Amino acid sequence: MGEPATRRDGQAGPAAEPGAGAGPLLRTESLTRHFKIGGLFSRQSLHAVDDVGLVIGEREIVALVGESGSGKSTVARLLARLYRPTSGEIYFQGRPLSAVRGRQNLLHYRGDVPMVFQDPFASINPVFRVSHPVMRCLKLHRPELSAEQRHQEAERVFAAVGLTPPAEVLQRFPHELSGGQRQRVGFAQALALRPKLILADEPVSMLDVSIRIGLLNLMADLRDSQGVSILYITHDIASARYVADRLIVMYAGHIAETGPTEEVLTRPRHPYTQLLLSAVPDPRAPLKVGAETDRGEPPKVIDPVPGCRFRWRCPLAIDECHTVTPSLRELLPRHSAACHVARADAATEAFR
Amino acid sequence: MLAVDKVSFDLSAGEFIGVVGESGCGKSTLLFAIAQLLVPPAEITSGSVVFKGRNMVGLTDKEMTAIRWRDLSVVMQSAMNALNPVKSIQAQFADAMQAHGVHSKAEIAERSAEVLRMVGIDPVHLKSHPHQLSGGMRQRAMIAMAMLFTPDLVIMDEPTSALDVVAQRSLMVQIKELQEQLGFAIIFVTHDMSLVSHFSDRLIVMYGGVVAESGATRRVFDSPLHPYSVGLMEAFPSIRGPRIPLTGIPGSPPDLARIPPGCRFAPRCPKVMSRCTETPPELYPVDGTLVRCFLHDGEGASHG
Repeated sequence: MGEPATRRDGQAGPAAEPGAGAGPLLRTESLTRHFKIGGLFSRQSLHAVDDVGLVIGEREIVALVGESGSGKSTVARLLARLYRPTSGEIYFQGRPLSAVRGRQNLLHYRGDVPMVFQDPFASINPVFRVSHPVMRCLKLHRPELSAEQRHQEAERVFAAVGLTPPAEVLQRFPHELSGGQRQRVGFAQALALRPKLILADEPVSMLDVSIRIGLLNLMADLRDSQGVSILYITHDIASARYVADRLIVMYAGHIAETGPTEEVLTRPRHPYTQLLLSAVPDPRAPLKVGAETDRGEPPKVIDPVPGCRFRWRCPLAIDECHTVTPSLRELLPRHSAACHVARADAATEAFR
Repeated sequence: MLAVDKVSFDLSAGEFIGVVGESGCGKSTLLFAIAQLLVPPAEITSGSVVFKGRNMVGLTDKEMTAIRWRDLSVVMQSAMNALNPVKSIQAQFADAMQAHGVHSKAEIAERSAEVLRMVGIDPVHLKSHPHQLSGGMRQRAMIAMAMLFTPDLVIMDEPTSALDVVAQRSLMVQIKELQEQLGFAIIFVTHDMSLVSHFSDRLIVMYGGVVAESGATRRVFDSPLHPYSVGLMEAFPSIRGPRIPLTGIPGSPPDLARIPPGCRFAPRCPKVMSRCTETPPELYPVDGTLVRCFLHDGEGASHG
């Protein structure tokens, strides 16, 4: 509603966003994606992402945190233009994405905003040397480079992600690399495109604990040395805290809470964020005996009625929560929560 | 290939033991060996698994079948694969019970409903098929099935790894509650050390097919002795406290087909000494903990 899905005049973008260079790198406005499910006589609509407005700045790691089914991967796919939004708009460097048409322009956008996938064992073709995907990306996205330059560039990005000696690693086959090294190949491939924003969908969840940190450090290093922004999608809030500048918590297709990482974690305003934090196992902390155990699960949002989507699990729900969908309110500087009960000052403590 | 090399431990009735390690460290092979589930070409080449005074290695399939579910159950990692997708939960519970001579329909229905209630699922779901349950409920249903005969030992292979933190936490609490209530022993295999930190009595840290360290869980967490355990502990970003840069453990786990001559952790160890690369260390006792590291063999680094 409100925003028609077919606003593609292409002129509105730059006008609405004066000084595109100074603005955020990427911004979404009421981003919504529904999926049709069910048969002919039981048409239903699954609301995977509803009314999401997020901002990613330059040189920034933003973590998108949520449980499975929260819509976080759908957001990534919308940003990568693998899905088209049902309604709403994505602005990249001030320009609306719906205006990006034609193979060349799309290729250009995908070079600016590449994706790194979750499973490093499935995302690299096993029959080619690892140089192959990187070289192909370079050939496709940067045709101006000569063969010699392509090779140098491949070595540069391999060195940048810590695959050393690059000339030697480039000649290996995927099976000769460990999971952590393969995931680095994924980042090298993205980096070869000279991206502005890397969409990393659970890039470390398949890796062993002892090598996860290495990848997280790599992401921070890429931000600092290469100046890229990263959207880090994860269910692991502790790793988000480790690497991210800002945090966006999603629940059932909505943004529940967003703000600077430390700010959100030390003063979580939304009861769902509090629940998430209370569930993280922390070997350093003593077990809080008698801790509330929430046995609910995130709902599948099919043909929803208005109201907060967390209300069935929320111990603080009031009447309003059952009738009015809460929208994001800025409670503290840059820190917003979509909750009727949350207040800036008083601690609303649903789960500890 | 030697996937699990001379791992020894004993488990008392009602004890909760956590086995942690990275992929390829042999933890799943160990668990399959204990449950006698290894399929050729994997086999137990030496050693024994004594369960309630009886060596299970070499038992015939028929003898093992009598033990499974009744005395010992296994909860697998992926409930979606472990449950039969074309049968209702009820039918699968009935299968297990009939295999052990319970044929009374009333008795089966009653017990099935009872175990489902124990894990917090409404018995109406007995008629559901696995795909109709959420991931968390499927895992609970698997655990309910393991409880059918109130076994003495439940072996769990990463039962929570497919779940979200919230579901994971509530399942762990539930498992612990059931254990306190029914008194079975648990062998819990996981790659996530922090998960068992509050639940297991003892912890076995495996690396490259051998035990690196084993001791009381709290003890291992508070003062890990093996450099690998230290590294693992430091590989977890914390949700509380100061935000400190972490390093993880550089390198990758050893290829078990090409085991290095000395300590298996030596190539990644920050405290490696010259003798570490020559002779493999034994398990040395230190205040009730066992640790496979020359730093703790009594001579320490002086010999290095």
